[in-house]
Amino acid sequence: MNWTQLDTWIVVAGVLSAMACALPGTFLVLRRMSMMGDAISHAVLPGLAVAFLVTNSRGSVAMFIGAAVVGVLTAVFTQWLHGIGKVEQSAAMGVVFTAMFAIGLIIIVRAADKVDLDPGCVLYGAIELIPLDTMPLFGMAVPRAVVNLGVVFLLNAFIVCLFYKELRISAFDEALATTLGINARIMHYLVMTMVAVTAVAAFESVGSILVIAMLIVPAATAHLLTDRYGIMLLLSLVLGAAAAVLGHIGAITVPRLFGFADTSTAGMMAVASGLLFAMAMVFAPRYGVLSRGVHRIRLALRIAREDVLGLLFRLEEAGLVHRAAGITRLLRDALGRNLALSAAAMIGLRFRGRISRQDGTFRLTPTGRDDARRLVRAHRLWETYIAKHFDLPADHLHGSAERTEHYITSEMGARIADDVAGAELDPHGMPIPKER
Amino acid sequence: MASNADSSVLGEVVDPDRAATDPERLAADDAAARQSAPSAGARPEHLDAPPPSQIGAAPHGGRPRVATGEEHPVTAPLSIHDMTVAYHRKPVLWDVDFDAPAGKLVGIIGPNGAGKSTMLKAVLDLIPKVSGRVTIYGKPYRKQRHLVGYVPQRETVDWDFPVNGLDVVAMGRYGKIGWCRPVTRKHKDAAMEALERVGMADYARRQISQLSGGQQQRVFLARALAQDAELYLMDEPFSGVDAATESAIIRVLQDLRTAGKTVLVVHHDLQTVPAYFDHVLLLNMRIVAHGPTSEVFTEENLHKTYGGRLTLLDQAAHAFATRGRQPQ
Repeated sequence: MNWTQLDTWIVVAGVLSAMACALPGTFLVLRRMSMMGDAISHAVLPGLAVAFLVTNSRGSVAMFIGAAVVGVLTAVFTQWLHGIGKVEQSAAMGVVFTAMFAIGLIIIVRAADKVDLDPGCVLYGAIELIPLDTMPLFGMAVPRAVVNLGVVFLLNAFIVCLFYKELRISAFDEALATTLGINARIMHYLVMTMVAVTAVAAFESVGSILVIAMLIVPAATAHLLTDRYGIMLLLSLVLGAAAAVLGHIGAITVPRLFGFADTSTAGMMAVASGLLFAMAMVFAPRYGVLSRGVHRIRLALRIAREDVLGLLFRLEEAGLVHRAAGITRLLRDALGRNLALSAAAMIGLRFRGRISRQDGTFRLTPTGRDDARRLVRAHRLWETYIAKHFDLPADHLHGSAERTEHYITSEMGARIADDVAGAELDPHGMPIPKER
Repeated sequence: MASNADSSVLGEVVDPDRAATDPERLAADDAAARQSAPSAGARPEHLDAPPPSQIGAAPHGGRPRVATGEEHPVTAPLSIHDMTVAYHRKPVLWDVDFDAPAGKLVGIIGPNGAGKSTMLKAVLDLIPKVSGRVTIYGKPYRKQRHLVGYVPQRETVDWDFPVNGLDVVAMGRYGKIGWCRPVTRKHKDAAMEALERVGMADYARRQISQLSGGQQQRVFLARALAQDAELYLMDEPFSGVDAATESAIIRVLQDLRTAGKTVLVVHHDLQTVPAYFDHVLLLNMRIVAHGPTSEVFTEENLHKTYGGRLTLLDQAAHAFATRGRQPQ
């Protein structure tokens, strides 16, 4: 890897555009209007093109104003089509932004021989060229785009800090915000303006398509990782920045490993944020596939262990002594012939000292017997409760109790016991074990 | 109603909020008020509106009473005069006249589509009114927001939103905190106190999607309590909650009444109406009856509300809606 000052500026530009996008992007995600980011980032094109033609330069203030106006218009038109034309929201959006984008393209292509604005660059950006167009700042030659992005990022950060709670309440509960005198519609258009201005700033570096990845993906990733609004905002900033850094490093290293030339940094940034999202989806502490899978497996194991205890308790109760192999077979049948599960349950119980192997059979230890008694008590109480309140045939009771017994907390058990107070036997005539 | 009739005097014409049904008229009224030259004759643009003296009182066409010269502002917590509301041109509420009695629990009862939620939303300016005016303690809602607490239906918000119960309840304080200021310790304490009042203090730090339906409803109620309002409008706070939550909610409502607050509740369960509410408002696109529960909550009135839909109104509403859009 051959890192130069050019690379540094590219990364700075990428990080700034990712962070500038992450802030309004968070609100798009929270308001469930991610596609509005898509719509606005495309629709600003005619605003850009016109401003570009009028001022004949890129990165001018006129461009930002043009984009902001058109961006807000997109939101307004969409709302109109939806409200007045009774067109479905996403269809309205589709109509408005494609029409706007097409107008923008036509203007650019018409004016292409006069001005230097390339449709390809509009779509994908040209972050590699950013360090070439510099302006003096604090005695340094700073790329113009970096200055623009920095200003927009600071502006977004300022707005989010200033309207921190107003943005939150209007995204969460528009009706309440309105009744409290916080105009949710103004906050809505504020977010839309932020999206439009940010899209323009990020335009040069990542273009109008990849900017959507920067708006939505870090925020969506952050949403998987946290349940706190403030942390979600911070995380989306960090994730966006990380994707930008990883993206550029990836762009200049990964293709070379396979003997190709460098690839597009903007493209790799989007890929990197996609990878971060995928990782969050797998590893997120609460909403991740992995943690939910682990949770499910642990639950299945607990249920299997409890089933073993229940089985041994009932055998003891009936005065039956099976050989170990017989118990294993009974258990396997009870657990749907799931070998791994029953083996894991047995090992777990022996490890926890709930059962022991003596004289060629499995026996409950005293602690195991207490656990088993509690479980069987819950089972039989539930059957009694169900039989008391619902007119069900006796053969309907066991299945329900078999599922429910694992979820009856001691508090719930006490309430059920109160409800069926005095019952000694369950509906099948088996004694309900007493609490110890 | 009676107090309203007594207070209907010509002197009230100076009140800019009475005869106003739209912004222009309101502005004209403001001007008139500032000049302190109240006179029906000076405002020909109001000829189509009923004279203010009749508000909530005599039927249209009655003679205005003689002015006493005293100020008798309408002090009903909520006063709705001749309000009509439409969705997409189709009227869903017609000519509602209603004065909420102060310090009472009022149940708003009616079948689905009767316009119960619509009434609350129109009062709160969440949806536009076709006509009519609403005052809160004698002044327009815009000036009295801080006196009104609102509990929307639970389904209206995204419960996956990254906030916990305490955050949601603290939102009730935003009006008091003011724009651009942070939620301080003081307001968090107030929010916590509100959560305690509904028995949800232990769940304050839980992300809201991990609460049960009843707990979510209690969080919403706590949020309204945190608003520390005088008038509460609640949209089906009892829908889909467990028995424990229902009794917790009704206890809170009774506490509010004891504290002199006025509470309007959209309610579905007819069986509990006599036990829960002092007053009822029977609604089916228009007001069927309202008054003390013992007088108004009768089989005859219920039949009028629920039985035999007001077919003529329905037809008229449909005509309104279709004529606006389809070429004849």
